[in-house]
Amino acid sequence: MHIVDGALSNTVVIAGAVAAAGGIAMGLRSLTLERIPTAGVLSASFFVASLIYVPVGPSSVHLIMNGLAGILLGWAAFPALFVGLVLQAIFFGFGGLTVLGVNTVNIALPAVLVGLMLRRLVASGTPTAGAIWAGIGGALAIALTTGVVAISLAASGDEFIPAAKLVFFAHIPVMVIEGLLTGFAILLARKVKPELFETAKGANA
Amino acid sequence: MAHVLEQGDTTLTETGAAQVSGLIGSLDPRVRILAAIGFGIVVVGLSSLTALGAAMVLSAALLWASRLPLGPTLKRMAMMDGFIIFMLVLLPFSIPGDPIFTLWGVAASWQGLWRAVEIALTANAVILALMTLVGTMEPVTLGHALYKMRVPEILVHLLMFTIRYIEVLREEYLRLRGAMKVRGFRPGTNWHTYRSFGYLVGMMLVRAIERSERILGAMKCRGFSGRIYLLQNFVLTAADRRFSVLFVIAMGLLICLELVWR
Repeated sequence: MHIVDGALSNTVVIAGAVAAAGGIAMGLRSLTLERIPTAGVLSASFFVASLIYVPVGPSSVHLIMNGLAGILLGWAAFPALFVGLVLQAIFFGFGGLTVLGVNTVNIALPAVLVGLMLRRLVASGTPTAGAIWAGIGGALAIALTTGVVAISLAASGDEFIPAAKLVFFAHIPVMVIEGLLTGFAILLARKVKPELFETAKGANA
Repeated sequence: MAHVLEQGDTTLTETGAAQVSGLIGSLDPRVRILAAIGFGIVVVGLSSLTALGAAMVLSAALLWASRLPLGPTLKRMAMMDGFIIFMLVLLPFSIPGDPIFTLWGVAASWQGLWRAVEIALTANAVILALMTLVGTMEPVTLGHALYKMRVPEILVHLLMFTIRYIEVLREEYLRLRGAMKVRGFRPGTNWHTYRSFGYLVGMMLVRAIERSERILGAMKCRGFSGRIYLLQNFVLTAADRRFSVLFVIAMGLLICLELVWR
């Protein structure tokens, strides 16, 4: 899912950087002093979640969980996921430097969209209903992410269209898995710590 | 990404952990960050293979100067290449031009092959420079340097929190996985696996949020006001200036190469 340096056209890279800066600014505005520890610890959790490999048939995929990040963090998912990508690039050599903006938008924009759309639905109703909405959100976030990745590749040149298609189809199983896992994660959280969602319902940052 | 970590490795070294020294390690963190960004922007702009080859050599020289362990660093680079290999392999077939050979009726072109080589060189040169210049820094120093470079305070806080808690949460994850294992959990492609992993992620999040409540309490107790207090001040030394001048000259040479060998 990571795009590397040198593949995208300058226009796409710059557009990505500008959009990421805007998203991060929006996210930082919603982060008060009180919310910094929560956002920081969740950002670390999503980093750790990306280290988890889940088997799919003969192969395995690593988790992204950006839908879940959006549901829990709202706009703050933008800086939180950005921080994760920065650390991955610097200390693990994943992704790239100039493409950080594009990669952030590709992961965080779907997260925020899913969060804004489904947050209330996930927090209300029975835990099962919330979990189903969360599952839809988890799958939708991956679908949107692959969509945006495909768009950023295709916008950089026609030669990437086969690669863009490959990215999209290769991620269909990932959508299913992320949906299932997001749903179960929310089901557990709703049952174990319902008060978490009391605040989410009220403060829609 | 988990196989990046060797057995017993920590995810990110925290304060006080063994630091890689060497020529790079003694430079001002701000200079290293700016150098990495400058290098990234210049190299992404290059397209001649000669210039990109020179950039790769420069990255390799930085790797040598940083005294990072060669094996693991190159292994990480190779893993990134594993990710992009599909895209690169498709390129010769999707860019029209002089054919090299034909596979199932689709011609592979030289132009496409060179484009793939160009992307591979760019990606590897930039990520290697980033890992050697910035990745050798203590993560906390990175946060302080970014703060000094006027990155918004809240973003730096978020970065420092993430750095601080990645290892703590990974240990928690490994504990939970261990607990699942002793109960006979073997991951496979089935409903039970996905439900268990979902609950695992959910449990991690619930615990993370509870932990963050305790952290907030502890921080309030110590009068946290959102300011970042630096433990050391960064001072530009003569060595930093020498490195900066050399680096700018090297960037100039790369651009010259690009212009001469188009």
